[in-house]
Amino acid sequence: MNWTRKDLLSLEELSKEEIELILQTADSFKEVSAREVKKVPALRGKTIANLFFEPSTRTRTSFEVAAKRLSADIINFSSSGSSTSKGESLTDTAKNIEAMNVDTIVMRHSSSGSAEYLARCVKAGVINAGDGIHEHPTQGLLDIFTMKEKKKSLEGLRVCLIGDILHSRVARSNIWGLKKLGAKITVCGPPTLIPAKIEELGVEVSYDLDKIIKDQDVLNILRIQLERQKGAFFPSIREYAAEYGISKERMKKAKKDVIIMHPGPINRGVELAAEVADGPQSVILDQVTNGVAVRMAVLFHTTMVERLV
Amino acid sequence: MNRLILDAPSMERSITRIAHEILEKNKGVEGLVLIGIQTRGVVLANRMEKAIGEIAKSKVPVGILDINLYRDDLTKVSEQPVIHKTEINFDLENKIAVLVDDVLYTGRTIRSALDALVDLGRPKRIELAVLIDRGHRELPIRADFVGKNIPTNENEIVHVHFIETDKKEEVIVSDKRGNDR
Repeated sequence: MNWTRKDLLSLEELSKEEIELILQTADSFKEVSAREVKKVPALRGKTIANLFFEPSTRTRTSFEVAAKRLSADIINFSSSGSSTSKGESLTDTAKNIEAMNVDTIVMRHSSSGSAEYLARCVKAGVINAGDGIHEHPTQGLLDIFTMKEKKKSLEGLRVCLIGDILHSRVARSNIWGLKKLGAKITVCGPPTLIPAKIEELGVEVSYDLDKIIKDQDVLNILRIQLERQKGAFFPSIREYAAEYGISKERMKKAKKDVIIMHPGPINRGVELAAEVADGPQSVILDQVTNGVAVRMAVLFHTTMVERLV
Repeated sequence: MNRLILDAPSMERSITRIAHEILEKNKGVEGLVLIGIQTRGVVLANRMEKAIGEIAKSKVPVGILDINLYRDDLTKVSEQPVIHKTEINFDLENKIAVLVDDVLYTGRTIRSALDALVDLGRPKRIELAVLIDRGHRELPIRADFVGKNIPTNENEIVHVHFIETDKKEEVIVSDKRGNDR
């Protein structure tokens, strides 16, 4: 399996073999973060730019740590206080960054498809760190990596994505990636937050969490994006928590060895009770640790691809 | 055209002899660790560990080193290398680390391995054991323990096969253009 992409835009476009290559490389990179000297010279002399048009702490920091552990230089741009707030277009911003000979651009943007657009505009590699409600491929990969690490095999694994599927790029990346690796996916949430025709992606749909929770090996709980709930998709936060929140009570119905995942940041007491988030079945912090290894693997493979000049 | 350099029994004898030499030079197993370079160096290191164990009746830790991230041609190789795991689950501080690889050629792999190793700790001494030294060094590096020196042409390829990785046990030299199996 030879990696040939300069960009990582979605998990939809990746083959099973490409996903497995990233997971394998990430597995080897995990050891680097456990060393006393947490650095290898693999990307020495490469420059990576973090270009975040939406607020983010976790993902941006994770990419930054990943780049530094590979000895790349990383520059952070954020939309506030930059030329974007003066009205510069995305293309112009990116072209300017590229003119400084940056090798790879990591971008988060509120418009779906923006990463693909950028990849067509610039010769530098583009890594999608979340584009609108489309995809968040590195989150998908780190979720899959964590599931594989905890459950050994993904073939036939029952994974339930719970909550706001409609606005969730994490859900879409999970679905594309997990399907390719043979997992059985159920999406569960209020009907208003489940997109129409999602069954066509090959997932099961449920509106009743209590009915399906007992069969699941993995509960990947999505954040209720309070900033996107202006359309009144459910009556109240309290009602959502009662129907779809993972409480201590509800956990009694789940498998003993179920794992609890969450891409963060958690709304404690809404989609996930504090006791469960901090409980023994939670692998939420493992996801964060694995995120660095997965992003190292993604940066490594994409940046190493020879650029057409 | 394939030339047979070592058959299975000669490989075994070479490994046993190197094990004796390692023990002789280091006066026993005190502080000794073996570091196999992925992938065939790892097989060889495990064989040497077994041989040393039989001679000295004691165990020597074996670590695994992947040097790909330290290669000086990493950005130039056309096919991206597969990154394997590095697993050294012991402290290297003040140890005598014997790097183990199957073939010593340009010396660049060993240069990378030295860089990789010192990032992981500070051994008291680093030594090098190889099954085959085929010459054509591009860096000032030499092996402390050699199974067999063979004169080669730069157009030739040396294949070290182990049962564990290749289902057969032999060392052969083949022409670059010819088929190698």
